[in-house]
Amino acid sequence: MTTSTAIRRPTELHARLVLPDVEIGICLGTGGVAAGGDEVFAAFEAGLAGTGVFAVVKPREDTCPGSCASIIGTGCRGMCAMDVLVDVLTRKEGVESKVTYGTVTEKMVAKIIEEHIIGGEPVHKWIVLSDDEPTSHNEFYQLQDRLVLRNCGTIDPEIIDDYLEAGGYRGLYKVLTEMTPERVHQEVLASGLRGRGGAGFPTGLKWKFAAEAPSATGEKFFICNGDEGDPGAFMDRSVLEGDPHSVFEGMAIGGYAIGADHGYVYVRAEYPLAIKRLKIALKQAEDRGLLGANIMGSDFSFHLKIKEGAGAFVCGEETALMQSIEGKRGMPRLRPPFPAQSGLWTSPTNINNVETLACVPWIITEGAEAFAGRGFEKSKGTKVFALTGKVKRSGLAEVPMGLTLRDVIYSIGGGMKDDKEFRAVQMGGPSGGCLPASLLDTRVDYEELNETGAIVGSGGMVVLDVDNCIVDTARFFLKFTQAESCGKCVPCRVGTVRMLEILTRICEGKGVQEDIGLLETLADDIKAGSLCALGGTAPNPVLTSLKYFREEFEEHIHEKKCRAGACAELTTYWIVAETCTGCRACSRACPVDAITGEKKEVHVIDPEACIKCGACYQKCRFDAVRRQ
Amino acid sequence: MKERLEQVFSAHAGTSAELIPILQQVQEEFGYLPEEAMESIARFLRVPASRVYAVASFYAQFRFSPMGRHKVSVCTGTACHVKGADRVLDGVERVLGVSEGETTEDGEYTLETVACIGCCGLAPVLTIDDEAHGRLTPQGADRLFAKGEDSRQ
Repeated sequence: MTTSTAIRRPTELHARLVLPDVEIGICLGTGGVAAGGDEVFAAFEAGLAGTGVFAVVKPREDTCPGSCASIIGTGCRGMCAMDVLVDVLTRKEGVESKVTYGTVTEKMVAKIIEEHIIGGEPVHKWIVLSDDEPTSHNEFYQLQDRLVLRNCGTIDPEIIDDYLEAGGYRGLYKVLTEMTPERVHQEVLASGLRGRGGAGFPTGLKWKFAAEAPSATGEKFFICNGDEGDPGAFMDRSVLEGDPHSVFEGMAIGGYAIGADHGYVYVRAEYPLAIKRLKIALKQAEDRGLLGANIMGSDFSFHLKIKEGAGAFVCGEETALMQSIEGKRGMPRLRPPFPAQSGLWTSPTNINNVETLACVPWIITEGAEAFAGRGFEKSKGTKVFALTGKVKRSGLAEVPMGLTLRDVIYSIGGGMKDDKEFRAVQMGGPSGGCLPASLLDTRVDYEELNETGAIVGSGGMVVLDVDNCIVDTARFFLKFTQAESCGKCVPCRVGTVRMLEILTRICEGKGVQEDIGLLETLADDIKAGSLCALGGTAPNPVLTSLKYFREEFEEHIHEKKCRAGACAELTTYWIVAETCTGCRACSRACPVDAITGEKKEVHVIDPEACIKCGACYQKCRFDAVRRQ
Repeated sequence: MKERLEQVFSAHAGTSAELIPILQQVQEEFGYLPEEAMESIARFLRVPASRVYAVASFYAQFRFSPMGRHKVSVCTGTACHVKGADRVLDGVERVLGVSEGETTEDGEYTLETVACIGCCGLAPVLTIDDEAHGRLTPQGADRLFAKGEDSRQ
């Protein structure tokens, strides 16, 4: 705790605001941009300027000549399936009203401006969320409790004042003025916050160890692990892109708690937008004296650097990550010594994941009890899940721990896409596993999920339907970990190759009965003989699939059958003459021209030319294309 | 090449921790890591050339041969996989006439796969340079490159 009276409140640091009559917020997260967000942004800018009714002002301009409108690009608000999402907030005689439009394209902008912004009547058919009227998509947010994602989608991540106005850096102010470092880790420990990167270790305890560790070098480091590598998880990207300051603030609080004055944010090179926004945010925070030397005028200094990864999944492992920052091959090393004792350049080092750190300022300002009051048994607070795959509404959802998988998939996700039958949900990416329908009432809880063989992990939740093959999915994950194995431990380096060979031959219909036992033996050996979590968990997707979907492996082996029709070697496509109308939908869809037939006559698939992509099967409206 | 390397080195102090950022900047400059450049980096950082190559070959980002003017990365992450990323990749391979890891004869496109670019909500996805294109179908991929051709003319 510092006693300096010169410490300036963050609220004194942000600029005065003028509230525009219309505020437009356009999702410019990676998802929003991919769906055409930049074009929509430009269309609003040009469209509004063209009306002559509104002056388009910068969001932080102090003066507003007559009627004015501001346009901001926000981070991800989670409903990625509906991108580009556009919020339109109007203020009339002090009353605010906000609606959100979904799947907006450039072409729709003129109508929104004319009817809604100028005419005052929202374009109802395009609304996905509204303050005034419930829509079918309200369900998406109903069970959510947005704490990590509190600012994602509402603030402009490139404008620090937006973060300050939303209460930003008040947690840091509080620890600098009211709390000792011990008090900070006690508070975080009391909140029950556990590492959100997958391991679930209590964050407060980690900080305590790092704080108490003596440093031979006189230095300590605080690292943010933004090397989010699990395919199917993108919550860290969304936080870094949508609310970078919350991570910085969490790091500075942590740095104060453990006695570190240098920190690194390690981000995947595959996230260029996150890197760009972090750099902008860092500069702004330094300019305002919120990071760097003598923060807010106190005697606490915290210097941050952004480190770009170079494309290695294993660098998400903390000891490998530190090797990478030191400019070496990112290979994990034996623990102990733990990073808290000897980490980066042999100094005591603390590493937390992005989502964990984004919780910290909230815990400090709202109190440990508010956080611990959410959740279930030993899993407190909330967890962000990346809900993807075959659900109606894919996206990011932050839910209190303890909700069931069914709630997440059927209520937030809106159920199965195209109302197909549920096959499995894959939790925790390459370290996790596939769970069947009978386990849908499992709670989102570290302990309860571990019991099933899957894990909370980083929060990837991929829903599979009857068109997805379980064996192929297990092979997919193993192919990933095999390629990403750093090669240090032989069981992981060689064992994953052997497992992949076996799974590949099962998918190709060349499997034999002994293969299942062999997979299980290899899995045990790899788990036992690998140094880090990559190898230690690599066999999990195969083991859980064998546990819950063994009959599908046996079908592939004995009956040479893939019930999902996903394994090309085990699948054939043909057209049934009785129902084929000769509409040509299939032949037009075929990418290799394997389907022939005159218009209004029965079509035929050439089995030699067919690449079994299933495009015809998806296109046929008359159930004439069959597969087995 | 020497001057361009000097330019990159001038922003660094010459400590071995700077190896990865330097490799990234050199690749940004040349599009790949020429052998000669890696030897210069080793001299600048006073580390063995084997160390430079060991690090460069460990990370997926670095390449040792020139690439096409545009980089096409088909995402093969989980969400994209279950929504047919393999078929999108097949489609792109057919349109461009190259396999994964190869560059088209005219030097226009290099085709790669990436584990996950994090826009799973729009799966399946591919990126051309840094621009992401989502909700693809194999036919959609065809159109993407056909369109690219028009805009270049």
